[in-house]
Amino acid sequence: MKGLSPIRSFRHGIHPAEHKETTRERPIQRIPFPDEVVLPLSQHTGAPSRAVVARGERVQRGQRIAEAGGYVSVPLHASATGRVKEIARHHHPTGRLDDAIVIEVDHASAQTLYDEHPIDWQSRSPAQLLEVIRDGGFVGLGGAAFPTHVKLALPEGKRARWLMVNGCECEPYLTSDHRIMLEWAEWIFLGARVLTRILGTEKTYIGVETNKWDAIKHLAEHLPDDIDCELVPLQTHYPQGAEKMLISAVLEREVPSGRLPIDVHAVVQNVGTLAGIGELVAYGQPLIERVVTVTGPGVRAPATLLVPVGTRLSDVLAHCGGLTDDAREILYGGPMMGTPQQFLDVPILKGTSGIVCLTEGQLRARREYPCIRCGACLDACPVFLNPSTLGALARAGHYEQMMDYHVMDCMECGSCTYVCPSNIPLVQRFRVAKGLLREAQARERELRDKEAAA
Amino acid sequence: MSTGAPLIVSATPFEKRPLDTPRIMRHVCYALAPVIFASVYRFGASALLIILTCVVTCALSEWLLSGRGPWRDSPAADGSAVVTGILLALTLPPGLPLWMAALGAVVAMVFGKLLFGGLGQNVFNPSLVGRAFLQACFPVALTTWSGHSDWGGFWDLRGDTLAWPLLSPVFDGVSSATPLAQMKFEGVATDLGAMFYGAIPGSLGETSALLLLIGGGYLAARRFLNWRIPVGIFLSVYLCATALNLIDPQRFPDGAHHLLAGGLMLGAIYMATDPVTSPVTPLGAWIFAAGIGALVVAIREFGGLPEGVMYAILLMNGATPLIDRFTQPAIYGSGAPRRGAEP
Repeated sequence: MKGLSPIRSFRHGIHPAEHKETTRERPIQRIPFPDEVVLPLSQHTGAPSRAVVARGERVQRGQRIAEAGGYVSVPLHASATGRVKEIARHHHPTGRLDDAIVIEVDHASAQTLYDEHPIDWQSRSPAQLLEVIRDGGFVGLGGAAFPTHVKLALPEGKRARWLMVNGCECEPYLTSDHRIMLEWAEWIFLGARVLTRILGTEKTYIGVETNKWDAIKHLAEHLPDDIDCELVPLQTHYPQGAEKMLISAVLEREVPSGRLPIDVHAVVQNVGTLAGIGELVAYGQPLIERVVTVTGPGVRAPATLLVPVGTRLSDVLAHCGGLTDDAREILYGGPMMGTPQQFLDVPILKGTSGIVCLTEGQLRARREYPCIRCGACLDACPVFLNPSTLGALARAGHYEQMMDYHVMDCMECGSCTYVCPSNIPLVQRFRVAKGLLREAQARERELRDKEAAA
Repeated sequence: MSTGAPLIVSATPFEKRPLDTPRIMRHVCYALAPVIFASVYRFGASALLIILTCVVTCALSEWLLSGRGPWRDSPAADGSAVVTGILLALTLPPGLPLWMAALGAVVAMVFGKLLFGGLGQNVFNPSLVGRAFLQACFPVALTTWSGHSDWGGFWDLRGDTLAWPLLSPVFDGVSSATPLAQMKFEGVATDLGAMFYGAIPGSLGETSALLLLIGGGYLAARRFLNWRIPVGIFLSVYLCATALNLIDPQRFPDGAHHLLAGGLMLGAIYMATDPVTSPVTPLGAWIFAAGIGALVVAIREFGGLPEGVMYAILLMNGATPLIDRFTQPAIYGSGAPRRGAEP
């Protein structure tokens, strides 16, 4: 087939059970507007947005309700037409309480888009297009929610040669990217065209795992003619969708430790983000809704939903028939790296790719055995760390020494913990260690700054 | 909408490979089953009694010294003590008095493992610690081998199996020399085919190379043992022995003889691969294996003993932390050259 390369992969990694069959065949369905949407001002990496609306104000769907709070920040838009009920602290999916704009949805409204218009992107300069993307409130939709315009702004002296489109979706259970590739191919390619114009890239690679052959075939049949595109089938292997793994699989290059993909001339974007940018330039729709996979044995009617950002988890679950009686843990994201939720009133964020509901049987506490240094974790770690030794150091509390074993390069994918026959919660210990080390570093910096000031 | 019970908030990942330590230990036992059957078939009830004695003593020692709580919660239930017991028994000669075997098992568990802090903490392979202790205390009993044809039937115990503790055992069997001893002291080489299939005198588990290789192949295929270690040891022994053989073919036997004789197969496949006491890094495993191979040949050819596998492994066990320290893997993005992606 045209534009299709042989199957590639990265070294190490794991292959957990996929569990994708529940939702992979379920087309994207729009969920009815809820009574209220909760829009936290901090839905992205970086500074929180600043509200520009007041309590009681009427807002229209797609209208900007908060401006960017800095360079690494994005504006926020109303995801439904209605009235601002309050701007108050609200449960946030990260577990914190955070400022959020609550909009009472006007069910009588037609929910038409504020200022709907196509953007003549071909006549705009790359700098202007970056502004359009920032003003659209775009962040990475794969989960990390990093502001897209920052990722697309090339640092001085750096050149982007390859645009890497990430359609791996390597987390078990999740199928939202799969559905997007099957249903919204034209938006993805429109987005790719826009980004090619912004970045000046030579070639676009689209990496998709081979457990989504229908998506690979569909995209290959609809490849655009005006940009150089190649579809790269990737072995179904976790964490294939991690930026660094995608780059080593497709380009056979490694991003230097502590650096960014742009250092090897690559820019990685998730298929969902690209499709969103496609819609943005097609009719001016900012990032106000996203595709969410609702799945797992703990939910009665799994589905692929198009959800207004800010819809409460409880509303989404109610739309899916509610939880089963034995549902015990609800995750934002997949079972390898997702965030467990404590409250059902948390909103869907821009970066929420899926809701996985796990049942009692899946959460059985496993007995932890001593490490027998079997080395399975070394063979699993995609960044070639030594989790066995790191785990022993963490257990003993030698956090400083863990720096010598490169703990800061750990991307917390959980592969080591998946394979560990001694059931040691390795990645959890590394998260704790990294948090403490970062705190210590920040304290040290502060102290130095104070000394310098004095 | 609410669930019957409150939501749980626990740490990812929630997917887990269905494999834990007791299961690995069970698979090691399965892999050793043919060797156990063969030794019982060849040496009769004496062999069976030695294996049972070692296994029961190891498990009981661990249970007694680690809390004596309910068996299920005891560290002894993870199966590692059973494996230690079996491996110790397989290094012992078939006519060894049972009380000596039991003493060796206690030393293996207590001094080889529990004093270091239990599973995963020990520096030296516990079964070899037990065996080394016995060899130091009872050199004669440990090197009295009998051919497998010098006894009547299965239930015909050797006179020394049931000897009373600390009384001189009655060595009534016709003692015959192992291939290594024959070679070293008499200069007589044994037929390679006999060594491969197991028709030779020796310890319980070291007589048939074939069965040991089958079990090792199974474990390596299931990734329960690090294939680099046995392969590295075989290569190292073969190369070192061949080099010596080329210098003086009269004095030094060839590589194949070294590979098939003595405890090399048992040691290389089941003892040196003990993950706790061998390097965890791939490069470290190769260095560890090369060291063992060279030491085996050196001890066999230039030492006072006909066999050197045990000391070679114990010495390299001691070097393991150092090897691990200097062979840390080059992390992603460190600029190290990398082989292509492997599926």
